[in-house]
Amino acid sequence: MNELVNSWGLNPAIPVGLNAYLLVAAILFVLGLIACMARRNAIGILIGVELIINAAIINFMAFWRFGGSQTDGSGALVGPLFGVFLILLAACEAAVALAILLSLYFNFGTIEVDSIHQMER
Amino acid sequence: MDKMLLTLITFLPLAGMVAVLLAPGKAHNLIRGIAVVTSGVVFALTCWLWWVFDPTALASHGYDARTWIEIPWINSFHVYYRFGVDGLSTLLIVMTGFLSFLATFVGFSVKKQVKGFYALYMLLMTGMFGVFMALDFFLFYVFWELMLLPMYFLIGIWGGPRKEYAAIKFFIYTLLGSVLILLVMIAYYFQVAADPKTADFAFNIPWLVANQPFHGASPAFKHLLFWGLFIGFAIKVPIFPFHTWLPDAHVEAPTAISVILAGVLLKMGGYGILRFNYPLLPEVGSTDWVMWFLAVLGVVNIIYGAFCALGQTDFKRLVAYSSVSHMGYVLLGVAVLKEEGVNGAIFQMFAHGLSSAMMFMLVGVLYDRAHHREIARFGGIATQMPVYFGLAVVGFFASLGLPAMVGFIGEISVFLGAFKYSMPLTAFATLGMLLTAGYILWTMQRVYMGNPKPQYAEFPDANKWELISLVPLAATCILFGVLPALAMNIYLPSTQLFLKMFAQ
Amino acid sequence: MNDQLVLNLACVIFLLPLACFALMAVFHERIPRHGDWLATTALGVTLACAIAIFVHAAMTGRNLLVNVTFDWLPLGMTNMLKGGILVDRLTAVMLVVVTLVSFLVHLFSVGYMAGDVRYGRYYCGLLLFTTSMLGLVLANNLIYLYIFWELVGLSSYLLIGHWFEKKSASDAAIKAFITTRLGDVGMFIGLMICYWKVGSLQYADLFAAVQNGVLSGQGFAGYDWQTLAGLGIFFGAMGKSAQFPLHVWLPDAMEGPTPVSALIHAATMVAAGVYLTGRLLPFFSPPTLIFIAYIGGITAIFAATIALVQDDIKKVLAYSTVSQLGYMIMALGVGGYVSGLFHLTTHAMFKACLFLGSGAVIHAMHHEQSMSQYGGLRHKMPWTATFYIMATLALCGVPPFAGFWSKDLILGDTLAFTMQHGHWFLVVAGFGTAFLTAFYMTRQVFLTFFGAPRNEHKFEHAHEVAWQMLLPLVILGTLSLVGGLGGWFEKYNPKLDGITQIKAIAEAGYQSPLVATAVAAAHQVAAAAHEGAEGAGEHNPVVAQAHHTAMVLSIVLAFAGIGLGVLMYRERKNGKALLNPDALARAFRPVYVLLWNKYFFDEIYNAVFVETTHIAARVCAVFDRLVIDSVVNFAGLMGKVGAFVVDMLDRLVVDGLMVNGSARAAGFMGNELSYAQTGRVRQYLLLMVLGILALSGVVLVLIK
Repeated sequence: MNELVNSWGLNPAIPVGLNAYLLVAAILFVLGLIACMARRNAIGILIGVELIINAAIINFMAFWRFGGSQTDGSGALVGPLFGVFLILLAACEAAVALAILLSLYFNFGTIEVDSIHQMER
Repeated sequence: MDKMLLTLITFLPLAGMVAVLLAPGKAHNLIRGIAVVTSGVVFALTCWLWWVFDPTALASHGYDARTWIEIPWINSFHVYYRFGVDGLSTLLIVMTGFLSFLATFVGFSVKKQVKGFYALYMLLMTGMFGVFMALDFFLFYVFWELMLLPMYFLIGIWGGPRKEYAAIKFFIYTLLGSVLILLVMIAYYFQVAADPKTADFAFNIPWLVANQPFHGASPAFKHLLFWGLFIGFAIKVPIFPFHTWLPDAHVEAPTAISVILAGVLLKMGGYGILRFNYPLLPEVGSTDWVMWFLAVLGVVNIIYGAFCALGQTDFKRLVAYSSVSHMGYVLLGVAVLKEEGVNGAIFQMFAHGLSSAMMFMLVGVLYDRAHHREIARFGGIATQMPVYFGLAVVGFFASLGLPAMVGFIGEISVFLGAFKYSMPLTAFATLGMLLTAGYILWTMQRVYMGNPKPQYAEFPDANKWELISLVPLAATCILFGVLPALAMNIYLPSTQLFLKMFAQ
Repeated sequence: MNDQLVLNLACVIFLLPLACFALMAVFHERIPRHGDWLATTALGVTLACAIAIFVHAAMTGRNLLVNVTFDWLPLGMTNMLKGGILVDRLTAVMLVVVTLVSFLVHLFSVGYMAGDVRYGRYYCGLLLFTTSMLGLVLANNLIYLYIFWELVGLSSYLLIGHWFEKKSASDAAIKAFITTRLGDVGMFIGLMICYWKVGSLQYADLFAAVQNGVLSGQGFAGYDWQTLAGLGIFFGAMGKSAQFPLHVWLPDAMEGPTPVSALIHAATMVAAGVYLTGRLLPFFSPPTLIFIAYIGGITAIFAATIALVQDDIKKVLAYSTVSQLGYMIMALGVGGYVSGLFHLTTHAMFKACLFLGSGAVIHAMHHEQSMSQYGGLRHKMPWTATFYIMATLALCGVPPFAGFWSKDLILGDTLAFTMQHGHWFLVVAGFGTAFLTAFYMTRQVFLTFFGAPRNEHKFEHAHEVAWQMLLPLVILGTLSLVGGLGGWFEKYNPKLDGITQIKAIAEAGYQSPLVATAVAAAHQVAAAAHEGAEGAGEHNPVVAQAHHTAMVLSIVLAFAGIGLGVLMYRERKNGKALLNPDALARAFRPVYVLLWNKYFFDEIYNAVFVETTHIAARVCAVFDRLVIDSVVNFAGLMGKVGAFVVDMLDRLVVDGLMVNGSARAAGFMGNELSYAQTGRVRQYLLLMVLGILALSGVVLVLIK
């Protein structure tokens, strides 16, 4: 139990471990997921998606920090690179998504996703 | 030149067809002119063949050496372009030339799509001549089928009210026969081609006849081949019970085509039987029960056809059934395998070619005016059309078998031969003479005699084109009845060669 | 005059009418008067040629003048049917008879047929007939005889049906052709037997074959081939000569123009059967001869009884002809070669005269043929009446008219034959017929020429006929008077090769399984024939006695018949006859009805043969269409059904289930699953998450 707690980084004597990062990422991920599932507002969903991406970035960085960097140097900067890539991706995604949302708003007068169900039979 | 003669006769009509096709479709008289000239030249060539052909100097294979032609055609299958004539085919070729020339004039009454009509007609001529000349089994088969196709269209397009039914019936029936012939041909091919030494003769009719490749085969198999060929040809003759296509086809076909159909096409059945069926399988043909069976079948044809003719109400149908009856003599004459019988059968083919062609023309003349063929609705035509009636007397009595006309010679020769074979059967068959007289005279009475009817009062007598086609036929009907030796001498040696195969 | 000239003359006799026929058949419309003068002149020349041959034959002592044979129909490399020309004394007589009657009929027709619709065609028919008949007589073989035999049938058909607008005329023409052709079929079978057994149809070869016994082999039903062939050939003669039971056509043939009846149906064509029987007499075996005699006897008396009651003037003459032909046939059957053919000759003269005379009467009475409308015509037509009565006396057998000589010979031969071997029926028939003939001819003469006119209107317009019609009557009437004088015929035909042959056969012990008496009969036939040929049996007392008896009896019977006729039909002052024929008819009503209806032969034949043939024909036609054609159509239908089944299989199983089925299944699935497509992204996400959780759960459980 202690080890577990310790791995969460609550014990200052022990350096913060991988589990702590993963825990944070998992919390973020679940929050994002819930946001996606629960929110009706498209902006909320978009925020949820951003959270999920961030959770992924954290995971990349953590795994890179705790084992991804190999001694032979082959894994150098893989994690940060992915992180940067994902941030870029998130930015792009946000831009595109906002543009779609804007278009939706013009067409339907709302961005409540449940009101937009033209594909439904 | 003699070498090219047969080829010329066969393929000149094809050139005529091309010429007809090139002519403008509206120029009916030009097209008719081309057809007349082509068939006239072909007829002249056939007469030349008659002149050139020397029945007493046949080559060792039994055919005329001067006109014999043999060129490889499809080497891989040993197919040759092989043409030759003997007495039998010469007679039939001349008859075909004569009839197709006269029928060209009869065709003048065709008014729709003249171009197509004569184009197909020319193609038909090529097929007919090819059949009588080809001595390569494969080539024969090609011509046999070639002739079918134009006939189908000629009946199916220019025919009467039920033309589609008649054309299809004719086509399918004849095709059924051809398939049987094809099977036998294939059987011969595999038998002969299996041996590399003889492979080159696989379709060579004179060789097959001389060497009898199935000589050692089991009787059952030989019977199979024989009956396959026989049914194939019997359909064409036609022999009871395969005759029902004939009344329909004859009745629906336009007059010119009926003339060709009765005059020439029926002879192909008889020709096939004489050229292929018996010579290829002489053992089967001279089997006792086969002779009996076929002779009886011939008599059935004679009597049954005559009865059917007597019972008809349609003029053309009646004439068609008379053909069934008359072709029975051919089968009877061949089946008994006596010299008189076979000679008579050949003459009967010739005679029937002339007399039935004339009868169909006579019916056609009437049909062109009255537009119906119900015997009961006619009457008194003799008063309206005396010249036509005079020719009708000649035509009908030639068909009746009156002496001094062609029908008689064939009949008596066949009977004299058949009598040597079986007296009771022949005595019974003579009943056919009586029935024939019955239906012919009764028909003449109902159609031509009696008081003239007002609705036929304005009928013109036979016009010049009708006379051009009828008078030569009437003249030949009498000429060959008075001097039968003119026609008979040409094929007597060939018949003798034919009968040598059956000498036990 | 040598034999080459005779041959040339014979050729002229045959070819001149033929050429004339060919010319007129094509051009009769364009020749002036439709060529009647051409035909008549040609026949006149022919007659002159025939008389030249006749006289020549009488002057040379020989019987056979010309016998030329040539190839005609090759039936094989070695078999040949030969044609040929034969001129002997019998031929010479026949040539004269045919050309004479034909010439006179041509002449007569100029008047009788004047203004006819088909005048030219009528002469064509006459010429065709004459040509064929001359060919028939000139033939030296059975096949040529058969050919011309049929051709005279054709011309008879055409001429009977000359007025074919009348249904009765065309019916009669058909009946004549078919009935005689029925006989011809029998004849043809006889020919086939001859050809089969002998290999030739020349008369000479046939006689030689009989002598050599070539035909004596067992044939059918216990008869030998000679008998069968003879019966077959005689069947043809029965048809042509209208013998019982094939006699039915001849009375109907009177539908034709009367000159035609005179030429064809009285004088020449119907006599062809007699000619044939006489020509082939040596060929017939004894059973055949007995058969021939009986047929002749039956026909003679049978037809005479019918003639008693007929009303139509031509019908009476027609039945009289049948009866007289029966006479001739009977005479030949008992071996009376000379008597039979002699009667043929004389009969041709007086019967042609009678027919032409009746034609003159009919012409004068505006085509009225019923004797009940005549009466008293001798006042209007004295010449016609005179010669008609002369011919009648000849037919009745009153001496010294022509008929007496020949009829007496026949009766004598018959009596001689019967006295020696029974068969009494023949004698009864012979003498009975002589009596009946005299009676009905007297009746006819009295009804026509004597008494009071029964149709005043027509009587008033009656007139004597023109010279073209009278001249033939004069000539023929005169010949009826002198044509038989002294029985010249038997001196003209003294030696007959065939007859001696019969005798030879009989003496060789000819065996026949049929009739026990046949052999004996053959001897006697031969003897009688021989005696007849030698001239009235000088040597055989029985025969001589028979001839004397017959002569007396026949004269007595002739006068008895005439007397009875006078009693019944000569009207006295009160307009009544001594015996009332109507009362007699009433008294024997059933017999009268039977005779009036000609023993109902037409009705019976119609029901038995004509109707059954038509029914059979209809059955065949229906059978052909309903059964045979149905089989074909059924086969076609079966093909269609098979095609339909395969088509269904193709459409339902291959195409429906497999190809379209999979497509449709996909469509169906898509359709159904589309309900899951709500379009709510959050729902998808939720389901995805739940799915992942479920899968994770499964994975965890499985790993554990």
